[in-house]
Amino acid sequence: MKQIKLTVNGKPVEALVEPRTHLADFLRENERLTGTHVGCEHGVCGACTVEIDGAPARSCIAFAVTCDGASVRTIEGFDDDAVMAQLRAAFSAEHALQCGYCTPGMLVTARDIVMRIPDADEARIRHELSGNLCRCTGYVGIVRAIKRVLAENRTAS
Amino acid sequence: MKSAKFDYEKPRALADAIKLLAGGAGMAKVIAGGQSFGPMLNLRLAQPDLLVDVRGLPELTAVKDEADAVTLGACTTHAAIEDGRVPDATGGLMPFVARDIAYRAIRNRGTIGGSLAHADPAGDWVSVLMLLDATVIISGPAGERRVPASEFVTGALATSLAEDEILTGVRIAKFSPKARWSYYKFCRKTGEFAEAIAGFVVDPARGIARAVIGAAEGAPVVITDATALVTGGKSGFDEAIASKATTGAGFQPGSYEFQVHMAALKRASERLQ
Repeated sequence: MKQIKLTVNGKPVEALVEPRTHLADFLRENERLTGTHVGCEHGVCGACTVEIDGAPARSCIAFAVTCDGASVRTIEGFDDDAVMAQLRAAFSAEHALQCGYCTPGMLVTARDIVMRIPDADEARIRHELSGNLCRCTGYVGIVRAIKRVLAENRTAS
Repeated sequence: MKSAKFDYEKPRALADAIKLLAGGAGMAKVIAGGQSFGPMLNLRLAQPDLLVDVRGLPELTAVKDEADAVTLGACTTHAAIEDGRVPDATGGLMPFVARDIAYRAIRNRGTIGGSLAHADPAGDWVSVLMLLDATVIISGPAGERRVPASEFVTGALATSLAEDEILTGVRIAKFSPKARWSYYKFCRKTGEFAEAIAGFVVDPARGIARAVIGAAEGAPVVITDATALVTGGKSGFDEAIASKATTGAGFQPGSYEFQVHMAALKRASERLQ
């Protein structure tokens, strides 16, 4: 067991972890933050995507022990985030989810696209979204939702 | 999909990391970003006793920009290269390649050194660093040694790295202003490992006209004089020479693999600007 100290959604956390515990399991089982979904558990599906030190990352292939000293933000940590509020509304309006399993990871990735590539066109959105799998929607609604937020922000600025 | 048990250390000095590896009797492994190793652990394809996290070693995050070359620490992430947060010696080739490696969430953690040491033949940096004739910098109990990338990669998932050695960085010679490059890879799905890779670097000022055929069965195959494969060159794209090179990379004419590698080579040649 290893002692780790990290920040989860702005709150300091100290815990004793087995080195093989991945971050997604740590968040769900130690921190009871079940908004992070575990899909493929080998870095392919994107359902477990969270922010580590401000950048999207797969929490299923990052071991909790390697996040000692890091700042982790899960979907629960975006409640008061303005861009995430826009995305939540756009996901509802555009039917960008059905079962909702991929949605936490989709939202973290979508927010990264909005923040990092404000001029992204549809091809770029699809390229950037290719690491998050959705088996319900066929992606059309998700892409539209992101386009909607990008357009809103362009009008605002 | 949970890893087997392992111990974990994150040393702060290179000498300590080497000691940990040497004491592991082959069952201690280096982890950096863990974007290939993490899945292998979860799938239990790898079951080491000890993981040595090298992200805390200053030598592996250092970046050196010299007159004729750039040295990137092994822990430089794909995203840092994509975003231009580290100097680029290659006139845009490396950021272009980085942008198409897997997905942003992977690129934020995955490292150039980890990708090279993992030596998946379908990985991008293995092919690109061989194309660039980069120098691989390695530290071990006996000190530092440097080898060309083409000698470092010995086969599929195989390198000349010893169990107690650590890849600390890669040194990439700077392109001259008139250098041209191209890179084409064929993937069935965006971000997936490539089924075929081809790349060119033509830099007359340095006397270089190289090509690489990657995503082969073994290590990528470098063509050190690729003049005959350069579209718009004296002979144009020479199909016969391309066919010979592709066959030389281990592909049977008429097979799907042969076709897709030939197509990649031709498309890379056409994209050479």
